[in-house]
This record gives sequence, C-alpha cells and structure tokens, in this order.
Amino acid sequence: MDLRLSSAEPTAAERNAVDNAVSRMLGAPSDSQPFLDAGHNARGRRHLLLPALHAVSDAVGWISPGALNHIARRLSVPAAEVYGVATFYALFSTEPRAPRVVHVCDDIVCSAAGSEAIATALAAEDVCWLSSPCLGLCERAPAVLHQRAGEPDFSQAPASAAAVLAATDASRADQVFADPRVSAPQAGQAGLRLLRRVGVVDPTSLDDYRAHGGYSALRRAIQLGPSRVIEEVRDSGLTGRGGAAFPTGVKWDGVATAPQRPHYLICNADESEPGTFKDRVLMELDPFGLIEAMTIAGYATGCELGYLYIRGEYPLATRRLQAAIEAAYRRGYLGPDVMGEGFAFDIELRRGAGAYICGEETALLNSIEGYRGEPRNKPPFPSVSGLFGKPTVINNVETLYNVLEILQIGGPGFAEIGAGRSTGTKLFCVSGAIAVPGVYEVAFGATLRELLELAGGVTGQLRAVLLGGAAGGFVLPSQLDTPLTLEGTRDIGATLGSGVVLVLDTAADIPAVLRRIAAFFRDESCGQCVPCRVGTVRQEEALARLTRGAPRGSWETELALLSDLARVMQDASICGLGHTAPAAVQSAIALGLLAVTPDPSRNGSTSGKVRP
Amino acid sequence: MTTPVMLGAIRRLMTITLDGREVRVPEGYTILEALHAAGDATQADTPTLCWAPNLNPVNACRVCVVELEGSRVLVPSCARKVENGMQVRTNTERVRHSRRMVLELLASSVDLSQAGDDVQRWMASYGVDPQRYGPPANVAGDRDRRHAGHHHHPDGSTAETVAQPIKIDNELYVRDYSRCIMCYKCVKACGTDAQFTFAITAAGRGFDTRIATEYNVELPDSACVYCGNCIGVCPTGALKSVREHELRESGQWDPAAETITTTICSFCGVGCNLELHVQHAQIVNVTSPSDHSVTHGHLCIKGRFGFQHVQNLPDQA
Repeated sequence: MDLRLSSAEPTAAERNAVDNAVSRMLGAPSDSQPFLDAGHNARGRRHLLLPALHAVSDAVGWISPGALNHIARRLSVPAAEVYGVATFYALFSTEPRAPRVVHVCDDIVCSAAGSEAIATALAAEDVCWLSSPCLGLCERAPAVLHQRAGEPDFSQAPASAAAVLAATDASRADQVFADPRVSAPQAGQAGLRLLRRVGVVDPTSLDDYRAHGGYSALRRAIQLGPSRVIEEVRDSGLTGRGGAAFPTGVKWDGVATAPQRPHYLICNADESEPGTFKDRVLMELDPFGLIEAMTIAGYATGCELGYLYIRGEYPLATRRLQAAIEAAYRRGYLGPDVMGEGFAFDIELRRGAGAYICGEETALLNSIEGYRGEPRNKPPFPSVSGLFGKPTVINNVETLYNVLEILQIGGPGFAEIGAGRSTGTKLFCVSGAIAVPGVYEVAFGATLRELLELAGGVTGQLRAVLLGGAAGGFVLPSQLDTPLTLEGTRDIGATLGSGVVLVLDTAADIPAVLRRIAAFFRDESCGQCVPCRVGTVRQEEALARLTRGAPRGSWETELALLSDLARVMQDASICGLGHTAPAAVQSAIALGLLAVTPDPSRNGSTSGKVRP
Repeated sequence: MTTPVMLGAIRRLMTITLDGREVRVPEGYTILEALHAAGDATQADTPTLCWAPNLNPVNACRVCVVELEGSRVLVPSCARKVENGMQVRTNTERVRHSRRMVLELLASSVDLSQAGDDVQRWMASYGVDPQRYGPPANVAGDRDRRHAGHHHHPDGSTAETVAQPIKIDNELYVRDYSRCIMCYKCVKACGTDAQFTFAITAAGRGFDTRIATEYNVELPDSACVYCGNCIGVCPTGALKSVREHELRESGQWDPAAETITTTICSFCGVGCNLELHVQHAQIVNVTSPSDHSVTHGHLCIKGRFGFQHVQNLPDQA
C-alpha cells in the first residue's frame, strides 16, 4: 500500500504534538529495532492512532488536514482511515473549532438539576459549548467538561453558569473534588471493602497507599503463585461488575491456559453508562489500588502488558492514574522486574474520546488497535482472540478492586459475603431525587429500600427507580423490597447492570426521560448493524410521536411498532448496545410509565383510539 | 479437454441440522455456505445484503440471521462457522421477524429501487411495510458534516432517511449515497479484501455514518485509482458507472435487452475474464465473475472502463 496524501502540511505545533506522542510511545531505535520507520515496525503502529489524534486535538483543538496527513505518514495509515476514526469520536472535531469548548451534560440527572440554564447562559456569552451525554458526575449535578487546546481538560461539578464562565484552569477546578465525602458519603466508615481506602488515603502518594495496606494483596498473590490466585478468584464467585456478570475466575483461567502468546490484560475504565460514576470515584480517590489489582491480574493470567482504557471525559482520574503509574514505575512496582519477584508488568494508559460503544469489550479492542470502535462479531471471544488477535482478559474497574479483597480474605471468605450466587459487595451509584447522592457500597442482598435509606431517603414522592442505567429498566415503589442481587433483580425483570440507581420522583417527566434515553442510543450506536443503526432512530421517532400525543394510527399501533423494533434490536444486533437499546422503553411500557396526556388537536379527534 | 483440478486442503466433515434435517458439510464452512451447499431451495435462498462470495463476511446487515440452538440471540449465518452438532433453524417466526424488520428499516431509510431483483423479491415475501414509519424526510444536505454524538431531535412526523445530493465528481463513476445501505462492501473492496487502496472509509457514527474520503474530498483528490471494484460489489446502485447513470437518467436504461458476452481482457498478460454487458449494441458495463480464479470478481481501471476502443461506433449525435 502506498499512501497518497493531499498537499496539506501540518503546522509546527501539530507536527510536534504528533511526533512527541508517537516517539514517546515507540521509544528510541535499538539494536533489536534499528529501523523504526520500515517494514513491520512501520505497519505495526496503527494502535498509536487514537493517542496521536488526542495529541493534535489537545494541542490545537481540532484535527486539520495537515495534521491528519502527518499522522497518516507517521503511522502508515491511509488518510481516509484516519478520517474515519477521527469522525467516530464525539470529542474530536475535523472542522475548525474554538480552542475552548464546554461540554454541558444534558442527561437525565443533570437536566433535572438545571443544565439547560447553563447552556442558555453560555450561548448568550458566545462561549463554544456542546451538549454531552452523561459525564459521570451525577452526584454533583449539573456537570460540565472543559476541553481546552494547549492546556489540561477539567470537569466542573456542580456547575453554574457563572462558575463555568469564571473557570480558570485545571489545578483550581480539581480542588472542588477535594472532599471525598461528596462522592462517597460512606468514606472513612469501618467495614468498607471496595471503598476501604477512598477518602482515607492520599491518592497522590504511593507511600501513603502502602501505609494503608497497599501492595499486601500483590505480595499475597506472589506467595500463592498464578494458578492459586485464579483458584481463589474462582472460589470467590466473583462476577464481572461492568454489567454482564460473567464469572471472573473462568475468564482468567481461559486466558492463563491459552497457548498463544503474548497475553494481554485490559482494564475497561470506559465507564459511560448514564448514571454511572463508581469507577471514576475509585480511580480518583484510590488510583494505586487499580494499579495493584491490574498487576495481580497480569501476574495471574500471564500478561506482561496491561492497557488501562479510560473514558476521555474523566480528566482528573486520568491525571491521578498517570501519576500513579509513573510512581509505581519509579519504585519498581511496575516494569521489567516487579517488586524484584522476577516477573514483568507494564501498564499503558489509553484515553477514549467520547464513544459509549467503546465500553463494549470488542469495540474497545478495535479502539485500542486504532480502528473505529465498532464491535466485533463473537465468537471468537477475546479470551481466545482479543487484542491484536491474542488471548486477552478484559475486566471492569470495580471487578479488579474486588480482587484485592479476595486476596485479603481468601476466595471462600469472599464467597460468604453477599447472597446466593451474587457474592461480595457491590457499588451503587445513587443519584436523582435522593437526599445524599453518591457511590454506596453494600453487600449483595441488601434491598433497594435499604439502599435508598442509606442515601438519606427519597426527596419528594417516589415515582420509579431507573435501575441499571439507560440499558436497564424501571422499578416501581411497590418493588422496593427486591434484594439487590443478580437473581433478585432478574426475578422482577430488571437488571443491576453497572449499579445505577437513578431515583425519579413524581415531579420527574418520565416520557422526557425515555426520550433522552432513546436519543442517547441513537447518538451512541456505532452504525455498523442495521437493527441498531436504524432501529434506534425509529424508536426515538415513535417515542416523539407518543410523548407529544400524536401517534401514527393509534396508540396501540405505535406500541406494536416499538415492540417490533425492540425484538429485532434484541435478536439481531451485533452487540450489547443494540440488545439493550430498547430495554428501558419496553420496561416503562410494561410498567405503565409511558402514559401521557394526549393532545386532541394533533389527531383531529381522540376517537377513543388514544389511551386516556 | 482436460482441466486442472484444484485440490484444496482436505477437510473434515461436520454434521449439522438444518431445520431438523441432518446434513454434512466441510469444516470451515459458514452456516450460509452450508445453506447454499446442502440446504433446500428455500434455505439456499437466505437473504443477504452485505455478504458477497468474493469478500470476507462483513456481518453488518444482519438480514441473514438464523436461530441457533443454545444461542440467546440470532446469529449471522454469513459469518458463523459450522460446528459439529449445531442445530440451525431458518424459518421460525423469530427469524422471519428479524429479516422482515431489517429489510423494512432499510427500505424506510434508503432508496432501494435499484437494488437487485432478489432484494425486491425478499421484501415482498417477508411482507415489508416501510410506510408505517411515516413519510420519508426531505433530502438532507448536511450528512457529510454531522458530528458524532449529536443530532437534531425529531418530532416523529417524518421518518429520517439517508437521502442526500448525488456526488458526480469524475468521469467514470457516480456516488448516489441516498441508495447506500452501509454494507461496507465498497470499503472492503477498496481496502483489505481486494484493492489495498483505502480511498474510502466509513466516517461518522450511528445513523449518520457514511462512506467518505478524508474530509469528503472529491474522488480525483483522494487516493482512488478508479478500479471500480466498489461498483462491482455495490448491491443497491449507490455506486455505478457514469454511463449507466446517464442511461438511467435519460430513460434509455434497458436491462431487459441486456446480453452478456464473456471475453478476456486484452490490456495485459494477467488474463482477467471480462463479462461485457451490452444493451442495444453498446457496452454499458464490464464485470468479472466472482468465481474466476484470476480476478475473484475484481478488475482494474483498464479492464473495467477501457472498452471504448472496441465499440468504434460512429458518433450517434
């Protein structure tokens, strides 16, 4: 393949940004790799595409044709393909854009908390702003993300129009996040497991981490050896906390015993499910815990390299983790000889760029490899053929923190916590109409009612709880005594998903909530398969007709149409996004939450066809 | 005449069940290949859009889904390899529903009027009703510039479509993306599955995904080498030769009168088989059979477009 590029040349700033990013990650030529710009070396660097795009976007605020050509040349990737990847991500612009952009969260919680007023004020002040899906700061709603060329990005929450306009820089904005009790109200309490160190340990200090029991789990793992670590994880009954609840021990065993080498570890920190912020809180307040847990996972499954793929909208967590990784390297907790124990483990931090779908594990693989974040067909599963076609273990952030606990108390001890097949504790992201929103840790088996009481109770009259996020479903006040376990929620047709507990009171506009969810999936569908690509559009259109009381035909034909769409999305989509895109809408219909007052002027008459 | 016999790798046979009937097919076959090779007439007529015999399975359109015992969701027959003991069902209500909906969703958002006869037949037999989503929305001029993660919120009075202005920016082919079902075949043919030119890509996201060059530059400014292999694989008429486009526009396109003459390309020594599509004594298109061992259905600019010299007709104007 010969690259054929246009004559556009990069500016000096763009060229430097790309060259620095690429050479930092490639390293200098060595005896084993004398020719970095030829042969397999040149063709094998496509995985640097996303970091290179970030570098340009961070430096100048958009991806110009000249910068794109330079990336194409440095990475041996065709210009069209670079463009295809760049336009896949919401945080990148391929058109000139103001150097400072404010992303205003207009998702369910933030819009109820007044994000629209912020947007209106920014528009009046001629500030470049964009609406954004959930920014994962729901406990501090409303939230904004400042994306700035030439300086670090930062979040602001709770935000007000005045505060957003007055925002200065990242270091000052980060101070707002200093009090851990705002995000994790239980911080500092005895008996916590996952949140044990949150709010207690200094997230910037490796010494303080060690003083609070850090790296004892890794020592324990090394005493046990890889196969016994996996045995403990299997005995613990730990299941994935990202939403799919797959047994972690089975996953680890599959990769550890795979004959093909190398093995890769990926920590999926692309937390983007609307209403979810638990991983962010863990990473911001206990970053070394994740580094240690990844090291253990890598040790157990025979991986020498772990990728930490973090959501692009999490600047503070990214800074904390980057600093933690560097500190761990300096002190020998990462690198060619971890803790002098004779095994190697490196962590590479990769930033997403605004794509919910990249939390889907195979889309995440493509994203890291430098392709569009489109899910792959399964089988083969990642444990057989994952990153670069090699056996790959992919774990959610919260899942990995659980491994630390398993090594402290042993697999069987861990299995005794919780209820039934749902072992251990679980983090819930409680937000919305609740007195004290935040991340709460409870043992599996606590009821929804107990969780809401723990969070200070519902403000106002409870209408419903959105459990599991946009991909989840609704729970009615009559179902509050449901135990929060995998089985308990399944029995009532709900799902725990990623642990979202979004509380809606009677003031909430549930049809509007559904429309926001439908719009979310329409935006976040990757566009690869027909059921999801077109189905999410048609679902949003049908909901729009219903919520403004103007159904085509009758209310019943619209519900039948939504049901037809739901079935094809659930049955024939490629990945979990399509499978769950109709879940919340169908749940609301089943529970009678979609009743809206029909507008008689729209249909000519109400003729008895429209449900009152 | 003796012909060489190509002996592929010797493959084990797998036993699978197609709608209750046991068949044996070689290991490595996809379910679709098994349906083609060992299925009855209905099973062999499994609808496909993004599949082509000369491309790797794209697995995007999902119209070929079948029910597989033990699988929670339907599986794409074009991409799923057979395994011993698989029980496949192709004619259940669930399968028919998904196939109907895929065709219906496409028909409601894309102009399928120039898709092949098979597509028209499948739409009729699966009972597709694209009208139930409402009247199609107007042509959108901004599709190339839409930003991932943002869209105008609809009121539902019209059904959004991919309708957009046609792109005519070179002398050999036109790109009419109002007819594009995003099957990715052209991207594959331009890239890893045939030409390795990578002039076009899928850009954008979700419903706003479109086939594009970098920054939507016109084809002459892109990496395009005009091999036309994208035209060769397009199933819906979104990509076609300028000649076909002009004949269609002027009402002179006459597929009923078309004859096909097989010959061998005279430009170089490779020996590509050509199929000359002739209407009213004029070559209107040139293709190559997908099962031809030299071309696998793909050609270069000379074979596909360099036919004017054999016509040598007096100027009809």
